[in-house]
Amino acid sequence: MTEIFELGIAGIRSGIDAGDFTAKQVAETFIARVAAAKPLNAFLVETPDHALAAAEATDQAKANGETLGRMAGVPIGMKDLFCTEGVETTAASGILKGFVPQYESTVSSNLFRAGAGMLGKLNMDQFAMGSSNETSAFGNVISPWRRNDGGNSDLTPGGSSGGSAAVVSGRIAPAATGTDTGGSIRQPAAFTGITGFKPTYGRCSRWGTIAFASSLDQAGPMAHDVRDCAIMLEAMAGFDAKDSTSLNLPVPDWEAALNSNLAGKKIGIPKEYRVENMPAEIDALWQKGIEMLKEAGATIVDVSLPHTKYALPAYYIIAPAEASSNLSRYDGVRYGLRDLPDGAGLQDMYAATREAGFGPEVKRRIMIGTYVLSAGYYDAYYTQAQKVRTLISQDFDKAWNSCDLLLTPTAPSAAFGLGEKSDDPLAMYLNDVFTVPSSLAGLPAMSVPAGLDGKGLPLGLQIIGKALDEQSVFNAGLAIEERAGFVAKPEQWW
Amino acid sequence: MSIDKQTVKKIASLSRIAITDAEADAFVPELNQILGWVEQLGEVDCSKVEPMTAVIANKLRLRDDVVTDGEIRDRILANAPMADHGFFAVPKVIE
Amino acid sequence: MTESTYRIQGGTGEWEVVIGLEVHAQITSESKLFSGASTEFGAEPNTQVSLVDAAMPGMLPTLNGECVRQAVRTGLAINAQINKYSRFDRKNYFYADLPQGYQISQLYHPIVGEGVIQISLNEKDPDAHGKAIGVERIHIEQDAGKLMHDQHPTMSYVDLNRCGVALMEIVSKPDMTSPKEAAAYVRKLRSILRYVGSCDGNMEQGSMRADVNVSVRKPGGELGTRTETKNVNSMRFIQQVIEYEAQRQVDLIEDGGTVVQETRLFDPDKNETRSMRSKEDAHDYRYFPDPDLLPLELDDDFIFDCKASLPELPDEKRARYKNVLGLSPYNAAVLTAEHETALWFEQLLDISDEPEKIASSAANWVTSELFGALNRMGVGIENSPVSPAQAAELLSLVADGTISGKIAKQVFEIMLETGDGAKKIVEEQGLVQESDTGAIEKVIAEVMAANEDKVAQYRDGKDKLFGFFVGQTMKAMQGKANPQVVN
Ligand SMILES: [Mg+2]
Ligand SMILES: [Zn+2]
Repeated sequence: MTEIFELGIAGIRSGIDAGDFTAKQVAETFIARVAAAKPLNAFLVETPDHALAAAEATDQAKANGETLGRMAGVPIGMKDLFCTEGVETTAASGILKGFVPQYESTVSSNLFRAGAGMLGKLNMDQFAMGSSNETSAFGNVISPWRRNDGGNSDLTPGGSSGGSAAVVSGRIAPAATGTDTGGSIRQPAAFTGITGFKPTYGRCSRWGTIAFASSLDQAGPMAHDVRDCAIMLEAMAGFDAKDSTSLNLPVPDWEAALNSNLAGKKIGIPKEYRVENMPAEIDALWQKGIEMLKEAGATIVDVSLPHTKYALPAYYIIAPAEASSNLSRYDGVRYGLRDLPDGAGLQDMYAATREAGFGPEVKRRIMIGTYVLSAGYYDAYYTQAQKVRTLISQDFDKAWNSCDLLLTPTAPSAAFGLGEKSDDPLAMYLNDVFTVPSSLAGLPAMSVPAGLDGKGLPLGLQIIGKALDEQSVFNAGLAIEERAGFVAKPEQWW
Repeated sequence: MSIDKQTVKKIASLSRIAITDAEADAFVPELNQILGWVEQLGEVDCSKVEPMTAVIANKLRLRDDVVTDGEIRDRILANAPMADHGFFAVPKVIE
Repeated sequence: MTESTYRIQGGTGEWEVVIGLEVHAQITSESKLFSGASTEFGAEPNTQVSLVDAAMPGMLPTLNGECVRQAVRTGLAINAQINKYSRFDRKNYFYADLPQGYQISQLYHPIVGEGVIQISLNEKDPDAHGKAIGVERIHIEQDAGKLMHDQHPTMSYVDLNRCGVALMEIVSKPDMTSPKEAAAYVRKLRSILRYVGSCDGNMEQGSMRADVNVSVRKPGGELGTRTETKNVNSMRFIQQVIEYEAQRQVDLIEDGGTVVQETRLFDPDKNETRSMRSKEDAHDYRYFPDPDLLPLELDDDFIFDCKASLPELPDEKRARYKNVLGLSPYNAAVLTAEHETALWFEQLLDISDEPEKIASSAANWVTSELFGALNRMGVGIENSPVSPAQAAELLSLVADGTISGKIAKQVFEIMLETGDGAKKIVEEQGLVQESDTGAIEKVIAEVMAANEDKVAQYRDGKDKLFGFFVGQTMKAMQGKANPQVVN
């Protein structure tokens, strides 16, 4: 029988149902995996007691013959962007060092109500600003994956949900929460050979999730496969009156409706995603994906999303603008770091605290955001970007006239080495070229592992769906998953 | 629109981020590179386009006017770097 | 209002003052604009603060529908345009009373557009000297917290209880030209808000305060640079700020200086304004639409219900009192200035089946007798010891001749002391007016007997003496004789 730590959400669920093992055994297994994974620097805080308590509750419920929640007995990793009551939450930033929320985020409490336990808080790019996890104030996460060139150089797990990607791909946690603003679930999922899902904007409540860019932030699952993502998203999602942008809609039973037969489905291939100097391996993988979907019964159509090339620049105006305002609350008055030089006044305290507490990338984005909103530049930058965003969204609407889903690569490359791009912001931003457009349009999208590159590193394919049509995205993902037969796992070197 | 060191310092001050002269110098080319790149948006003709307001069609809900919160001072002050007599404390402000 | 034209006499001649007011009125509501914390005044520090008000990480705003409703009703009350589409914007600046680092307000798309408020400087005849003051807009926004500077030698204390309380910012056009006009505008606005019930108008508690924009110019000349003096919280202070700022600006300009556009603070003790250091970035608030909130869209039904729920407003009421009830312009104005007064007066009329008949005498009695008594006692009409019903009883005794107006004054005094009804007092104290002809003739005979000389003169045609006999008769009967009968 497969080791417990090899199991995902569905596997743990059926094992507990069948009585093959108890939730407590599952929790203890993963707590041990977490303890042994220190070299990856994936956890900022470990919460074994939380995982154990949840497991015991599950075993008790089972003993009482109660029906178990969707996530019963599953100990998950929690991205440190989610505020967790009584557990330090920093968004991997020095400015929140020591901050212990007095409240539980809606997403994490939904998961706990469904029976999940928490193994700990996961490292990430500071305030979710980054694509390699190198902007964390507490050191970067190291990917469990290594190139097959024997070089053993440390690779990035991607970002911003790098800790989540690392622990799921390393089988250190069966699943983890992520958040996606411009690709922060999908790109790390692709880099580490796991499945990551960003739902329609408004499906998951943002209440209690530390804000980066309010109009883009969405929580989602990062897990072994499509089914696990469906189960976990059902537990995370749902209407929340505390979030004005939350969608007041019932949560569909995505898992029950999973169906990889795509007969009658039209898959669009956006020509603008064939960016120049895209690695041949990525292009080949994309072709492979097209064949798999044909096999599953779908018809392939070419579509055009003419404003694609403007998505990244628009994103790098809108996201920093919102962030510059969202991060104003970190001022050293009510929580977190306070740096009060001798004789400093209030405004000096703000400047000193924020200088000491924010990392370089966060400062860079706050500065850009402040500039594009400042007097005289607002219309040229921010208003123009929001208009282009409208056009990008209309591009998708037009595409939906001729297809139901879009298939694209998730990222323009496989995982890169730590330090390789960290001193070139623009090169780093280009990582999100395929994921940002659907974020700007608020559409559901997922990354499914579909193959390895020449160096033995995972590559992912992205499926983008219509607003609220998560089901079709899951189904197409499942069709690829069944055919790609992706079984590669990182060698355990840590 | 290329920005100079003075602008960088003004933005830093508006952002309440203390920066040294050296840091300001370093920011100039960096921000100019990024701003130069995003300015390609200017190419797009948006004369007939409305700025995006709600990414997914949704209506702003109105809350009922009832008291459902408050009376949690301990939780409000729990993380305060400096609290005194039930207040947050900050360096004296001269108005 | 030409007869009240206000001018500053400078060394270079006359100067005209241009005034615009931004009135911040606290919207009457149980809970805050974007959180469920209470708005109750005077609670322990930081006890009426939610995680949202304290801007904890990940907290989000949810809009209070009652605050929207009250803003719309207020707009309708000044005949303003209601914008079915409005948005909330973030006004970004750093200050210790602003936890989010931005105030949620409405810059680009306010909920209420242009309206107008009729003011008057002449209580005696408001219509004769009225002036229309334009209202530019009304928008909804959050109040800030409070800073206390005197509790600690080196620290300021922050109380967030007020933080997030809903305000309406009512922005006038620069249509006022004297401290009196500004005061009249605020008085009228306050009256309307209290009629509508959207703000209690309590300036002491800060429920209403004004940012006073003042500039000076040579009469009819180009608008000068204005200064904005923030948070002025009394009618008197508003006038003092205008007088001080106008004089300061004139002196400054005439000494060759120039007025800088800035926010200033009023110091009531020194009766002066000074530049405000804490608002350095005032020129660059980096407004942008709040991405945590969607556009606010109102439908016709919502607006219709708001309109249907409005009471008769001061101007309509005053017109009705004049034209239908036939009151003097002065009485109509005084009785409608405060909603409570008008309601009290109308309850009084309700008791009569022909209100028009008694309206004028009732109005005179309220504005003279009742107001006089209430002033002496220092209580508002809502706490009057005499109820409208009791007053009606008293006035009816006068109307049907049971007692004379002179006796009514005595009875009213006793009512105020004892709280007894007028009829009871009149009977117990035997103050009923004597109309029995026999009794009166008897007294008249006595009077004539005692004044035979005068009787003779009267018979010789000295008609004027008639009044003398009447007076003597009334005197003999302690004013209880019915004058008609005596004649
Ligand atoms: Mg103002
Ligand atoms: Zn205001």
